[in-house]
Amino acid sequence: MLCVAVPYVATKPTGDIPVTETFYEVLRRQGITRRSFLKFCSLTATSLGLGSAAAPRIAHALETKARTPVIWLHGLECTCCSESFIRSAHPLTKDVVLSMLSLDYDDTLMAAAGHQAEAIIEEVKKKYKGNYIVAVEGNPPLNEDGMFCIHGGRPFVEVLKETCADAKAIISWGACASYGCVQAAKPNPTRATPVHKVITGKPIINVPGCPPIAEVMTGVVTYMLTFDRIPELDRQGRPKMFYGQRIHDKCYRRGHFDAGQFAEAWDDEGSRKGHCLYKMGCKGPTTYNACSSMRWNGGVSWPVQSGHGCIGCSEEGFWDKGSFYDRVTDIKQFGVEANADTIGKAAAGTVGAAIAAHAAVSALARARNSTSHGQPEKEGEK
Amino acid sequence: MPGEASDNFLMGYIRFAHFAAAYIFAVGLLGRVYWAFVGNHHAKQIFRLPITNPQWWSEVFFELRWYLFLEKTPKKYVGHNPMAQLMMFFFFTILAVGMLFTGFALYSEGAGLGSWQDTLFGWVIPALGGSMQVHNLHRLGMWIMMTFVLVHVYAAIREDIMSRQSLISTMISGWRMFKD
Repeated sequence: MLCVAVPYVATKPTGDIPVTETFYEVLRRQGITRRSFLKFCSLTATSLGLGSAAAPRIAHALETKARTPVIWLHGLECTCCSESFIRSAHPLTKDVVLSMLSLDYDDTLMAAAGHQAEAIIEEVKKKYKGNYIVAVEGNPPLNEDGMFCIHGGRPFVEVLKETCADAKAIISWGACASYGCVQAAKPNPTRATPVHKVITGKPIINVPGCPPIAEVMTGVVTYMLTFDRIPELDRQGRPKMFYGQRIHDKCYRRGHFDAGQFAEAWDDEGSRKGHCLYKMGCKGPTTYNACSSMRWNGGVSWPVQSGHGCIGCSEEGFWDKGSFYDRVTDIKQFGVEANADTIGKAAAGTVGAAIAAHAAVSALARARNSTSHGQPEKEGEK
Repeated sequence: MPGEASDNFLMGYIRFAHFAAAYIFAVGLLGRVYWAFVGNHHAKQIFRLPITNPQWWSEVFFELRWYLFLEKTPKKYVGHNPMAQLMMFFFFTILAVGMLFTGFALYSEGAGLGSWQDTLFGWVIPALGGSMQVHNLHRLGMWIMMTFVLVHVYAAIREDIMSRQSLISTMISGWRMFKD
């Protein structure tokens, strides 16, 4: 990359700004050029859908704002959110966000361990009271007083409540923190509970997905740190900019759906031609996420592009909504494995047969009684 | 469906028919609700059940016995008979409102955030447990409606023949004829 060397002059914060480094200072200290920094600002503005005018504003914010500390907690989870997050496609994005984040505490990424590590949470809580962000990966199990997830010798639910008490905002990473995910699937033996049902009175941003897309995660963090406010959320607490549309709405196979061209078996002609996977159980039409527009792994591919339907991993309770390969999924409330169509056909068939039988009996009854109603007909009145 | 996607629009036309029918249904239902306010007491029947009236309940059970061949002669009503009123309330009024709410909620997913469908009906989706659940319930509603049509048409024809009062022609003429 062509870089113009700009001599770095440390701009000390003045006046009322607390004496901490700004994002920009941290970036420069880590050897990132101003050119790269501005490119990042433009890229971020574009990925947030803000247009070119926002790029200088992002740059200004990063140059003047003190870094907001983030405490990243891990509850009952598989760390796939972290795995996704650290693979954020644009290397610069990763660098910037890891620096920007001022990730003071993340037990899977940090160097410190044990008491030393736990002391950081206390320190951040005191020093940045009401001014830090808690990012939660995974959820607290509440059964047996929370003993199914122990964090530093204590139930995770206690650590979560304490850490969130003085937070400015909370980010719920992934399906675990947002909805409960697989550990909350029926019968949910540990009573794994989404973060927003444990923590109240704080703004909570749900970023569902199993895991969420890396650029969605970095996008949410960047937005919050640069504009110092939480992104606009929908009814389920998800950022509208990434979860405002369904997979189906932006799917590149949507044309085949509207044309009525469907794959009906994994190796049929339609499947080879890349037709719509709706009949193979694709959950795209019922799933809100950005996969079909942002894609995965730096835009390399995403499930439908790889020939497999969406499994709806960013939807609430997706493990309990029946097979990944049926469009009309099982309705568990009926006790047996039944879906709307089997129930409907059974009901219509039974009722149809009952009507035929009833009609036959009615005809017999009428034939038998026909003599008793021999009187002439009279006009009624309304 | 062979050929290029650009040459075909089968699912599109099916969806168009579905949505057009839904809008006609919704407007018709609104018209029917309006009529319940301005029409006579018969117009209110399928919206209001006299559940506190023991006489009405006894007539519901009378109708049930009539349908089970336990009564020899039917009672005659100018409007819906009590049993029919009960069924119409649940399988038409409640079902129609349910289909309208779930239907517009699902439609709002395509219309997008901020559309009037989303503003009015978008809350239904999280309230019922997600998009997939609403799809399933809407589909179940379709089967209930189809099953009810079977029962309803059968009962109307049967009553027309057996209960010695006109039902089918009443829909057109507005006059209920009693044969004795």
